Parts: sequence; structure tokens; C-alpha cells
Amino acid sequence: MQDTIVAISTSQTKGAISIIRLSGKDAISITNKITNIDLTKKASHTINYALIKDDNEIIDEVLITVMKEPKTYTKEDVIEINCHGSIPTTKKILSLLLKKGARLANPGEFTKRAFLNGRISLTEAQAVMDLINVKTEEARKIAMNNLEGKTTQKIKQMRSKILDILSNIEVNIDYPEYQDIEEVTKEKIEALISELKKDFEKLIENSKISKIIQNGLNVAIVGRPNVGKSSILNFLSQEDKAIVTDVPGTTRDIIEKEINLDGILLNLIDTAGIRKTEDVVETIGVNKSLEAIKQADLVLLILNNNEKLTKEDEELLNLTKDKKRIIVINKIDLENKLSLNIENENIVSTTTTKEDGLDSLIKKIKSLFELEQINYKDFNYVSNIENEQKLQESYDILKEIEQNISLVSIDMLEIDLKNIFTLLGEIIGITYQEEIIDHLFANFCVGK
Amino acid sequence: MYEVIVVGAGHAGCEAALACAKMNHKTLLITGSLENIAKAPCNPSIGGPAKGIVVREIDALGGQMGKITDKSLLQIKMLNTKKGPAVQALRAQIDKIEYQKNMKETLLNQENLTLKEALVDDLITKDNKVCGVILSNKEEIKSNIVILTTGTYLKSNILIGLEKKISGPDGEKTSQKLSNCLKKLGFTIQRLKTGTPPRLKKSSIDFSKTEIAKGDKEYLSFSHLEEYFYDVNKQLDCYLTYTNEKTHEIIRNNLDKTSMYSGLITGIGPRYCPSIETKIERFKDKDRHQLFLEPESIHYDDIYLQGFSTSMSKDIQEEMVHSIKGLEHAEILKYAYAIEYDAIDPLELKQTLETKIIENLYTAGQINGTSGYEEAACQGLMAGINASLKLENKDPLILKRNEAYIGVLIDDLVTKGTNEPYRLLTSRAEYRLLLRNDNADLRLSEYGHKIGLLSPIQYEKYLERKENINTCLEQLKTTYLNPTKQTNEYLKNINTNEIKNRISLYDLLKRPEVSQKDIAKYLKTTFSNDILNEIEIITKYDGYIKKQEKEAKKMLEYEKMLIKEDIDYNKIDNIAKEAREKLNKVKPTTIAQASRISGVNPQDIAILAIYLKKRNQNG
Repeated sequence: MQDTIVAISTSQTKGAISIIRLSGKDAISITNKITNIDLTKKASHTINYALIKDDNEIIDEVLITVMKEPKTYTKEDVIEINCHGSIPTTKKILSLLLKKGARLANPGEFTKRAFLNGRISLTEAQAVMDLINVKTEEARKIAMNNLEGKTTQKIKQMRSKILDILSNIEVNIDYPEYQDIEEVTKEKIEALISELKKDFEKLIENSKISKIIQNGLNVAIVGRPNVGKSSILNFLSQEDKAIVTDVPGTTRDIIEKEINLDGILLNLIDTAGIRKTEDVVETIGVNKSLEAIKQADLVLLILNNNEKLTKEDEELLNLTKDKKRIIVINKIDLENKLSLNIENENIVSTTTTKEDGLDSLIKKIKSLFELEQINYKDFNYVSNIENEQKLQESYDILKEIEQNISLVSIDMLEIDLKNIFTLLGEIIGITYQEEIIDHLFANFCVGK
Repeated sequence: MYEVIVVGAGHAGCEAALACAKMNHKTLLITGSLENIAKAPCNPSIGGPAKGIVVREIDALGGQMGKITDKSLLQIKMLNTKKGPAVQALRAQIDKIEYQKNMKETLLNQENLTLKEALVDDLITKDNKVCGVILSNKEEIKSNIVILTTGTYLKSNILIGLEKKISGPDGEKTSQKLSNCLKKLGFTIQRLKTGTPPRLKKSSIDFSKTEIAKGDKEYLSFSHLEEYFYDVNKQLDCYLTYTNEKTHEIIRNNLDKTSMYSGLITGIGPRYCPSIETKIERFKDKDRHQLFLEPESIHYDDIYLQGFSTSMSKDIQEEMVHSIKGLEHAEILKYAYAIEYDAIDPLELKQTLETKIIENLYTAGQINGTSGYEEAACQGLMAGINASLKLENKDPLILKRNEAYIGVLIDDLVTKGTNEPYRLLTSRAEYRLLLRNDNADLRLSEYGHKIGLLSPIQYEKYLERKENINTCLEQLKTTYLNPTKQTNEYLKNINTNEIKNRISLYDLLKRPEVSQKDIAKYLKTTFSNDILNEIEIITKYDGYIKKQEKEAKKMLEYEKMLIKEDIDYNKIDNIAKEAREKLNKVKPTTIAQASRISGVNPQDIAILAIYLKKRNQNG
């Protein structure tokens, strides 16, 4: 019970807030690493306003409850972070905490600790555990279902590539006098590494895409007031949720909408018309728009065909230039007054009154995220954070091996390779430890 | 009346008896033949990867194998010198006759130890506690503890081709009754098999057609006492030769004449010691297999043909041997044979090697399903140590997986069991960078000293070495080189980058291209090569060592969670059926050990932890 565990405590559907909970001796210091305030100096059982930061990037405004042991649920130090309810934000904070040294809690682990530390009775704990066991079995099945087939095969393939080299290195170590057995060279390891790197990159990339498939794509619709943002939003969602009006500056809050676009979930965020303003209420909306741009996977920047490019438009173009974006030239049914000097951009022309060009917008979105080309047959990915972490960890070790390859002997590199082998095994649920030895004797002819 | 009776005087029995006697317990060592003490019935060599490190560990604890090996050397070398420090290990060719002679002398000179020639037929037990043995002449001898180290002698059969006869190794007496007795007491008996290759007459071999393999040119010793009883320039050579297509054809045409393929053998053989027929059957694409010619003794003319273990009939063995380059006219002095024998299931043992079924009964060596002299010796030593500690009412000595290969071996045996003769391999150790040949004394001498087994001289030697290492390391970290012209010229000379700022010798030594020899001259004190080499390993591999230490620490946290009581796992709800059965059989002593049992998953471990907590609270 030494390490610090973390989990999202609220159900992972969209709600106003989500709670992330940590428990363990490093709960406070780990959280401290991602906040702008010093939690170690806060008294126990206090609620503190803070910003969650990834280096210099602000992820969310949150309320952090600090509870020091022993008067907590687990009798350990406990932190609870109340963050905004969007799934991507919550997961981002969770993954930051994992990166800083927390471990993802197993199902029921908070309860387990509560019991082991004498906080709740056995009957209470067992009742919880029984419940959890059922859940875990389901969860395990779901995870395995997800992995069944191609991804498992792919990972098995990667493992068997490593296994060949591992057992060859081991046989070189344990039977050094056998001259007929090929000696593993650094060139061989280098070749393996570069192959594996590609495999890992693909898997990690796919896993990111898979998240888009599962959690949806955050799309921010931006543009200066009255260019038709809300109309486009409404077209995409086929509903009248946002206020559509010709008076500039009426959409003052971010409107979030989930739409299903041929099986791909889009979280549409309509932003307040971005415009320099003295109006206090509207300023909040503008700030939120800037925030929305930051968080978006895709920006739809709307320009008006009927007007000349304004300073504000240029500012927006500049603000979103590093983002994945589609420039939507709206109102092409009206007279063309706009002239754009941009090349190599994704530009789509639309009119919201006649629904012209909107289909091409949808096509564009799909092609931009390679969602059209996904070959579901060969699409290998892992779907939970823990496994994603294992992939990333393996990939980091690979890069380390690459760095050290000319510096240390092969049996040292093998220690790292073995770690990758084990991590991959854990992803697909293999923890059998005798594999290398079995492989060694099956493939090399040694012995008295 | 004795405190300890050891049954069998092989490599396990000798270590067990010596340990008990040295720890001041009146000990009786019973052997079927006083001529067969510490016999090496198979290969004439000790050590090798992992195994060589075990011998160093035995020595650091105060055991005998390393010292006897040093006195009986024909050739010695350090293996894997081109690889990292974690996998380097010593291997010696030993003189089998001298080895036996030296061990026998040690036994005879040991206080508290009596040797007796007899066969043990039965154990005397009362209320599941052993209290002595019954000999074949019905004589009863009482004792508090019995350690069984019967090797391959339980119900052993020798097989050569289609001949099968009841016999111990080399035609010796076998014990037909003891394994029945164990079965009656409730032990699970399994049948194992191993084999040994033919011995050839040295003068009949044409060595000019073979390749030579020499010993190392510098003096080496297994024991940390570093005493040398051999002349480095007069080591005997080994030789290399190969099978060929003709050999393979002879074997393929006569598979029906092997006890193996004719179905005569029922025991399970080790995968790492396949017979030559198995190798040819399994690796059909290989057109040759490597063979080693190893001298057995200066006292007789036998050459051991390593790699040629077979259960083929005698006439075919002749044909096979003569088909090999250099062996065209070789005379076979002893035919290869396979041997089948009874062993117990090591899952029925505690970590101390005491049986779970009969109190005060310990077993060690091949009876536990292992193979190899070193594996046997270290188990004998640990059984002897733990039997003595029990007599003294002291806590047992259980070496952990990050402390010694011995710990890995015993933990594997009693946690995972084995259904083939178990051989120690480097890959069985998770933390091999911590379990090196060069640091066995640093890892284990304190234990050896604490239990009173390590000689004062050797303990002093360890303390001195440890201090020298610390002093040297301290000097490395506090001695700096300044970026003077002279220094930079020197650095250029030893092919490393020049410096712009001052640098500690420690950081300089971290550079892969810099060796201890390059920096030794800057140290205030002159250190021995051994110390400097040790320092170089500690410095250069610091990052990797720390990584393994971190992993080991995680494991140790779980080792601290003891399962003290004798738990009936059937009474714990929510544990999976398979896990329940395994846990009942293994009866792990810590949560860590429980988690290493195959078929026990993390949920089961969590539930077990909760159950334990409750018991502790109620009890």
C-alpha cells in the first residue's frame, strides 16, 4: 500500500463536473506538480481554487479538496479535484497525474484501502468487493473483447519478434561455448528497434484516433459576429439550439453539441462571436472562445463571402494558424467581396440558407482526420489509459535502448528489451514468465 | 543419538552435513559407499553461467564447494568476458578423483561429524515429525532432524539401448525402499530422467583433428579466499569436435534401438540436456552438432564427450562415436546411459527446504527435482543452515530473489514446482545485474558470519574488501581533474573528450570509453585490480543497477506482507478455483510469493490480503 492511486470517481458521462480522486502518501505532492498553488501549505479539509497546468498550458480551473490522513475515506492522504465535466479534460488531468507518479486504481481499490487501513468493517468492504468483482469480470471481458483479434495478434507478433532476439541473447549468455549458435549483434538489435518503433508509433497513433472514434472530436466553430456560425452549427446538428440572429454578438456562451456524423462523434462548440468588446458579459464569452480554440481538435473558421476581410478575421486566422482548421467561406449565394490570399488550406464554401456545400464540409472533416481511410480490419489500438501508458512506456524504453546501444553490452540492452516484452504481455494479459526459457530450448540446440 | 542425520553424501549431502557440524550440531552423514563421497557422475566441470555464481554464493555463506573446486582444478576460465558484468561467471574443469579426495578429507577433519556407510530403508516418524532412520540391517538411529539428499538413487533404473536394469549411477547400489516410505507418508512422487554421454580412452583419440580450448591465462578462484593450488601454465586442455551427416544417418536408422524412442523410458527428461538423438530429431536442419572433449582426471585416462548423451544400444554407440572426426578409432571406456529415478514434488517443501508434510525432515538436491552439482550443493547448504537454525530456535535464513541465485532457485522450486529436472539459468533471475559473480561476498558474507558458518579469516577479508571499495568510491567522487593543458592532452591520449570544466573521476569513469586503468593514477591510494574493477562496474552500470534495485524494492514491499498462519484457502470466499487449489498446495509465506504462483491473479491476491488483515485483527 505504498503507492498513490488515482481514478475518476464520477461516472464517465458528460456532467457539469467530474471528480478525480487520489489516495496515498504522495497524493498531495503529486497533485502539487500540476497546480499553480502550493497544496502542501494548505490545511487539511480545505477546498482550494486552483488552475491545473501541463507545463505552461492551463488545462482547467478546478476546486481541490485537501484531506490529510487519518480522517479520510482511506485513512491515507486524499485529494479530490473537482474539474469541468468534459470527458477529454477529465482524462487529460488523469493522465497528467499518472505521468507525475500516481497509479491508476484498480476497481475497488479505494474501498480496499479503506478496509485494510481499518476505516470500514469487513462486512462493508466485502459487500463492496462482491459488487466490484462482478464489474471487474465484465470490465475484463469488455477489454479483452476490444483486444480480441487483430490487436492481440499484432502485439503477439511484436512480442514474438522480441522473443526471438531475447532467447537468442539468453542462449548466448547461458551457453557461451556453443560456436555454432549465432551471436546476437548490435546491428540485429538496431534492426529490431527500428521495426518496433514503427509498430509502436502506429499503435499509439491509432489509439489516439480510436479515442476520437470513441469520445468524439472537439470542434470549435469560430468567426467574428454574424458570419453564420450558429447557422452552420444548426445545419450540422439539424436542430435549433443556438440563437440564430442577425444582431452581432448575441451568442454569448459556448454551446456544446454532440452530433453523430456517419458514426463519428463531433462535440461542436459554437463560440461567442469573437470581437474586441467593452461589454463585460460578452468579454467572458470571448475569453471562453479563445479557450475553446485551445481545446479543439479542429477549428472551423467561418468567413463571410459578402464582406471584405476585416482585421478581426485576420486576427482569427492568425490565432488558429497552428491548429487543424477548415476555413469555411459562408454566404456564397451573396455577392463576393472577400478575397483570400491563403494557399495550402482546407477551404470550403457554403451557404446556410440553401445548404449548398455543407456536404463537402462534412467530407472535408472526415478526410482531415483520416476517418475515411480507416481500415477497420487492420486498425490496431488500445482503448484504456493504462494500456496506452504501457505503450508509451515501452516506446520510451525503446528510445532509451536506441540511445545506449553503442555504449553498453548486449546483455544490458536485453534487460530493457525484456521490460518491453513484459509490458506488451501485460496489455494482452499474458504474464507467463517461463516463455523465454521455453523458446530458448525449443529453438537452440544445446546441452550435454 | 544425533541432532542431525544426513542421508546421502553427494554434493548436497556434503554441504548439508558440513553446515550442521560447523554450526556445532552433532551430525551423522550416511552414504551407501564411502568411496562415492562427492562424486561427479556426469560432466567433469563445475560452474558456468548462473551456476558459477551459485558456487561463489555458497562460498560467501561459508559453504565448501568453491574451496574444494579450487583445490581440484584441471582448467578454469571466466565466461562471457565480452559481455556485461552481470553475466560473467567462472567455469572449472575439475579432477573428479581429486575432488572426491579433497571433500572426503574435509569431512573427516570436521568436528561434530561422523561418517557411516549404510543404506537407509525407512524413516522413523511420530505425529508427523521425523525422529530418526532405519537402516537396511534394521538398525535404528535416532535424531532430531533428518536431511534427505539421495540424488538419483531412489528406485533408479539404468538404461542403455533396450537394456534396463535396477541400478544407481555407475552400477552402484540403489535405494528401493525409501521412496515407498515417502509415498506412504503422503509425498507426491514423480519420475524423472537424465543421462550421461560416453567416456572415451584419451590415447585413442586423434586430437590433431579437433580444435583446442584452453583455460584463462590469469589466476582465478571460486573461493573468496583466493588461494591458488594450480599452475596457470599447466592447465589441461579441452577440445572441440562435431557430429556430421554420417553420425546423423546412423542415429536416424537406429532410433528403435534407443530406450528413449522405444518407449522404455517413462521419466521426464530435461529439455536443456537433450540426448543426441533428440537433438537430431528436433533440429532436422542442422547438419552438425558441437561436441566437447573434456578430461576427467589426471589419475585415469577417461575423456568425457559432452553433447553426446544417448540412450542408444552399445553397438550403435560404437558406430556413432567412430563416425566423428578425431574419434575414428576411439575406444569407449564407459557407454552412455540414461537414468530414471524418483523425486518428490518440490511444492511440498517450505522455503527452508523442510517438508510441509513431516516436520524436521528436510530434502535437498536431485530428490527435489533439480539437476546439477551446484544446484544440489546450494540446496544442501541451505537445508543444513535452516535445520541448524531450527535446532537453535532461531529465524530461518531465506534468501530473496534479489539477494542470490540460490534464492531464485529455491523460490522457483517451492513456488512453481518443476516437472523436469530443474536447471538454473541466467534468465530465471529478474535482477541479474544485482546478482553478479563479483559481488557475491558483498551480498552474502554478513549472513554467513551471523549464522556462524563463515570462517573469521574470510569474514575479515570481506570487511577489508568492502572498506576498500567504499574508500575508493569516496576518492573517485571527491577527486577532480581540472581542465589544464596537460590533463586534456592525457584525455585525448586515452581517446575521450577533453574537458572544459573540472570533472570528478567518478563522472569521468562513467564515460563508456574510459576504464579504471585510465584513472587509477589520479587516486591518492593504490588499490588492487579487483577493487578497481568492482568500482568500474558500480560506476558504469549505476543507472541500470538503480533501475533493478527499484524493481526489487517493489517486490520486497510485498515480501514484507507475511502469511504466517496455516490458511485453509477453501474457507476464503471469492478466490478463483484454480488459485485456491494452487494456494492450498504451495502455501506461500508472503503475499509476494503468492503472486508468483501461476494461476493466482491480482484479484485473488487482493482478497487474500483482506482476509489476512481480518485474521490479524481478530487474532
